[in-house]
Amino acid sequence: MQQVFKRPISLKDVQTHFCPGCHHGTIHRLVAEALDEFGVQGRTIGVASVGCSVFLYGYFDIDVVEAPHGRASAVATGVKRARPDNFVFTYQGDGDLAAIGTAEIIHAANRGEDITVIFVNNTTYGMTGGQMAPTTLVGQKTSTSPYGRNQHKDGAPIRMAELLAQLEGVAFSARVAVNNPKNIIDAKRQFKKAFRYQVEGKGFSFIEALSACPTNWGMNAIAANERVGSEMADYFKLGVFKNTDNM
Amino acid sequence: MTKRLFVKGNEAVAMAAIEAGCRYYFGYPITPQSDIPEYLSRELPRLNGEFIQAESEIASINMLLGASATGVRAMTSSSSPGISLKQEGISYMAGSELPGVIVNISRSGPGLGGIDASQSDYFQAVKGGGHGGYHIVVLAPSSVQEMYDLTMLAFDLADIYRMPAMVLADSVVGQMKEPLVPNKRPAADLPDKDWAVRGKGDGEQRVVKSLFLGDGELEAHNWKLYRKYQELKARECRWEACQTDDADLLVAAFGSTARIAKTAIMMAREEGLKVGLLRPITLFPFPERAFLEATERTKKVLVVELNTGQMVEDVRLSVARDAEVAFYGRPPGAGSLPTPEELLEQIRQHY
Ligand SMILES: Cc1ncc(C[n+]2csc(CCOP(=O)(O)OP(=O)(O)O)c2C)c(N)n1
Ligand code: SF4
Ligand SMILES: [Mg+2]
Repeated sequence: MQQVFKRPISLKDVQTHFCPGCHHGTIHRLVAEALDEFGVQGRTIGVASVGCSVFLYGYFDIDVVEAPHGRASAVATGVKRARPDNFVFTYQGDGDLAAIGTAEIIHAANRGEDITVIFVNNTTYGMTGGQMAPTTLVGQKTSTSPYGRNQHKDGAPIRMAELLAQLEGVAFSARVAVNNPKNIIDAKRQFKKAFRYQVEGKGFSFIEALSACPTNWGMNAIAANERVGSEMADYFKLGVFKNTDNM
Repeated sequence: MTKRLFVKGNEAVAMAAIEAGCRYYFGYPITPQSDIPEYLSRELPRLNGEFIQAESEIASINMLLGASATGVRAMTSSSSPGISLKQEGISYMAGSELPGVIVNISRSGPGLGGIDASQSDYFQAVKGGGHGGYHIVVLAPSSVQEMYDLTMLAFDLADIYRMPAMVLADSVVGQMKEPLVPNKRPAADLPDKDWAVRGKGDGEQRVVKSLFLGDGELEAHNWKLYRKYQELKARECRWEACQTDDADLLVAAFGSTARIAKTAIMMAREEGLKVGLLRPITLFPFPERAFLEATERTKKVLVVELNTGQMVEDVRLSVARDAEVAFYGRPPGAGSLPTPEELLEQIRQHY
């Protein structure tokens, strides 16, 4: 018999704490598959952020540094400068990266740090109970935007993948979704590209993954999954916004 | 003949960092400490090191956190407003048990305040300036030579105790030039950094973190940190005692103020007043025993600070029960640095 499906070796054989229908687990798997693919597990240092993904070290069998909220790209900068031969990635939520950590991500990207940033956009602050995030869609109700996000008062949601693609230091920037098999296959391809940039020492790579948070969206898993492909992908277009080496 | 250089205190800090094996610096410009990043931006690239002028002090301290997590010697420097921004990162480093050196060439405040010499960040430095009830090692140089020697010591203590260490000075010692003997890095018995993240290879996963959610985990972690602080108090207190043996009055001062106090004490001795100086060099751990023992004999202490009274609280907690502790200080700012004559007058009053 031939084994056609197995757990990536970079992932531990444990249950996650993620809610049913949460996409963090799928995105973890894609990251782990890419680590396996390039054979870099043993020389990888992951930088965890503060959010629902804070237990990165609990799920990945790799060395991990836990960064303060928003500071993962700065921590990763320090790690990579000290250990240029290691593979270094951050895994950050939208509150973490696009609100409190905006300065750190912009400047790490602009310096062209040779790291890979995985940005999980679920349009809310998952861990703290579903408050408005910089990526919350206009009109979306959250626990701190009970009347819906008001563009005039709260601004419009930030498109980080497009924004970062503007910076000279960024080699690769893409947005993916993991809401159906087709998108997962494409996401897998983009993760590989993003990782290849770093493996080949070709600069900063950024990958934004749209992600469902059924718990804080007040939806069941199926409805939340559907929202990613409709409302969310309408505003946050999937695609590659920068690919300097045409990988 | 021993080599002697004539350099600024800030340059001495930068030179000592290099001698101590530090090859990674992360910082953001602020007066009066910019000579440190300027020196290191020139020297570190030549030594295959890394210098980053970060987007903020928040980013710099987190770069330090990241570099230090890999086991290398790394540092940042700033001045008071920037040190305030670094407090979040310092708290995380303390919680994650990461070494790392932070230099504070402090200035006056609150707010933007001014750039003058200041000791108003004593509390922030020694009581744990960020959240969570931690301590860091705090060293207070009062000469260019000490800027050099104590910077090297800061790296060693940080590594030995796995915690951040701060060199706390101000523009008086940072900006003045004095002769410096550039001592070799002292031999120290340093523990293996078997906790550093370098990629697990075929070994066990390593994690550097400050989150402890399991039942009892965080309490146990904090007791561990507490035991380290007790160990520091028992083993690492440093102070200078000058003419204290026959003294009827002890002057207690640290850093820049101790220099002025020393001159005043010499003037007082010429007048026949038996005055001595007790100068804490480690502000954390505070030399409690030194104060207790000195005040078993000398019952009067005059604490002098460039603030309205901070270290005086630690002196009061340390002295013998029947000792009298008086205080003289002025809030820092342009023109508020006391003169030796001014301190001599205080000595006469409290003698
Ligand atoms: C300085 C600081 N401010 C606020 C918080 C509280 N906090 C924890 S996680 C979080 C937001 C998490 O949202 P996101 O980054 O989008 O991650 P998600 O949980 O949605 O995956 C916040 C505000 C904190 N830990 N530290
Ligand atoms: S709260 Fe949302 S982001 Fe967090 S685990 Fe649950 S579904 Fe996932
Ligand atoms: Mg989120």
